[in-house]
Amino acid sequence: MSAFAPWSIEQAEVVVNKSASRPGPVLLTLQALQCEFGYVHPDAVPLVARTLNVSRAEVHGVLTYYHDLRTSPAPAHAVRICVAEACQSVGSGAVVQRAEGELGVSMGERSVDAVDLESVYCLGNCALGPAALVDGQLLGRLSPPQIAAVIASLRSESA
Amino acid sequence: MITVYVPGDSAARSVGADTVAAHLVAGAAARGHDVRLVRNGSRGMLWLEPFVEVDVNGTRFGYGPVSSDDVDSLLDAGILEGAHHPLAHGNVDQIEWLARQQRVTFARVGVIDPLSLADYEAHGGLAGLRHALTMADDDVVAEVLASGLRGRGGAGFPAGIKWRTVLEAQSDQKYVCCNADEGDSGTFADRMLMEGDPFTLLEGMTIAGLAVGATQGYVYLRSEYPDAITRLNEAIDIARAKGWLGNDVLGSGRVFDIEVREGAGSYVCGEETAMLESLEGRRGMVRPKPPVPALQGLFGKPTVINNVLTLASVPMVLADGAAAYQALGTGRSRGTQVFQLAGNIARGGIVETAFGVSLSELVNDFGAGTRSGRSVRAVQVGGPLGAYLRADSLDVAMDYEALADVGAMLGHGGIVVFDDTVDMAQQARFAMEFCAVESCGKCTPCRIGSRRGVEVIDRVIAGVDREANLMLLDDLCTLMTDGSLCAMGGLTPLPVRSALRQWPEDFGGNS
Repeated sequence: MSAFAPWSIEQAEVVVNKSASRPGPVLLTLQALQCEFGYVHPDAVPLVARTLNVSRAEVHGVLTYYHDLRTSPAPAHAVRICVAEACQSVGSGAVVQRAEGELGVSMGERSVDAVDLESVYCLGNCALGPAALVDGQLLGRLSPPQIAAVIASLRSESA
Repeated sequence: MITVYVPGDSAARSVGADTVAAHLVAGAAARGHDVRLVRNGSRGMLWLEPFVEVDVNGTRFGYGPVSSDDVDSLLDAGILEGAHHPLAHGNVDQIEWLARQQRVTFARVGVIDPLSLADYEAHGGLAGLRHALTMADDDVVAEVLASGLRGRGGAGFPAGIKWRTVLEAQSDQKYVCCNADEGDSGTFADRMLMEGDPFTLLEGMTIAGLAVGATQGYVYLRSEYPDAITRLNEAIDIARAKGWLGNDVLGSGRVFDIEVREGAGSYVCGEETAMLESLEGRRGMVRPKPPVPALQGLFGKPTVINNVLTLASVPMVLADGAAAYQALGTGRSRGTQVFQLAGNIARGGIVETAFGVSLSELVNDFGAGTRSGRSVRAVQVGGPLGAYLRADSLDVAMDYEALADVGAMLGHGGIVVFDDTVDMAQQARFAMEFCAVESCGKCTPCRIGSRRGVEVIDRVIAGVDREANLMLLDDLCTLMTDGSLCAMGGLTPLPVRSALRQWPEDFGGNS
């Protein structure tokens, strides 16, 4: 999954300059940085502020508001399990529990082998729950054994 | 050459449609058959996904749910000639579940190749836009107004009134914003439409833009829908290349273009003013109204904001006329509604039908009860901010007014079913918890109230000073309802109170 470029301020300048002229640029510039590097490096904040002519506080505010934006490097893999009502009704709780057990972490944490376990509120797969988004791929009708198998295959991929 | 359809819809892909498609193509080739594979949208019969269709002399035969292990036996049985098989459902148009519906907004979803403009036009696409281009702008707005089309995002505000306000506003720049931040659990119609028939949305937005004098449209699309983002961007590229987006819409000399803006994982950005803030690149925090966005919206300019399904209904209104649309529905709820059957339901998916169908018909007839086979205990209508209804009170007609009469709301048409293992006190607690996580923080009743709500419900469940805490919870709910800036804090008490009122036994009380 790690198709991200290593952080470099020079490359960040190129990314920021590209989106600077678009209307309402702060959020989409941060998104573009995350797309390039897998996260938004703290050094990017003054750069974005300077280039877009907004305060650092404003950039920091946007960066910390949105669930999607990260300030530390991306995990090797991301397992995002839907915990909203429709998936709850078909047993997402048991899927979450099994994933926590397999990875040895709680929701919202990163395992020792760099797999992020996150909760997400609705993936639009509400008739085929429990659902999860694993490295960007949507999965449906998940059972606890299936999520265990998914996690095992992620690990064999990184090994 | 035989045409085979395997949905490319992300729900179908989530249960293995990609592998099924690959096996089908390989298996057919190995047997010497020449097959053309189309990745259509989903028909909306999601319990049958992956749902494979084979076109035999113009009739489409359906098979599902197909796993990759079934492919060889299907091919050996002769499905390429429409043969019978234990997974066969016969002629798709005659499947009762589909035949009983009135597909208007979803007429093409699952039928056509989503990115084929030829398919789109062959199935009535662009007729609405072409007709609109022959009309005066205020006549287009008058047509939408006369159709009775109401916003499908949840609030049900008449679309024509918004459009007229924007049309009459004087400004050098106006915008059309499509709200595709479909964050409610139990809803997926926006996603399926954008993946299965993206041109319809683009056509609806273009009609809106030309009618009100806007030259730029934005689709605010949540990041949780990666496939929809890709598909819609592909459709925009095709529409530009074919000349119906850009500087000369269908040779009319008029300008309209569309850009997809990706969300960043904030539920409250589905609220229209928070969405505007986010589109402007800021924290997605709610703005007080007035001013309404129709007068001061995106970048302070007059802006039409409509939901995906609202805009996707517009081409039909312009193609067939307001009267045809008016003829569907009941009372002040005109046209059709796209219901989404979700959660613990045996036959979940898309049911588009005229307003007025009963909730029981949807859950018990279309939905065939729970997936688990246990009895239905609760049904939540209208997303996480919607009320819970008891299994014995599903006899309510599904339109804006009838639902409001029983203290519920239609919202975006999502229906989530729970069986008898559900703990309603935990559902009430979850509603408060969700609000606490997703609150934008601008107003105190929502930001603080939801956190206190979780704590108070925990105390009630634990039996701590029960009566006093119930009174406190009621007071808190009233405060959040009356004092919150937007629906996030304002409607969270709806599921909480409905659970408490109808299932007191789950909260440690007497039933």
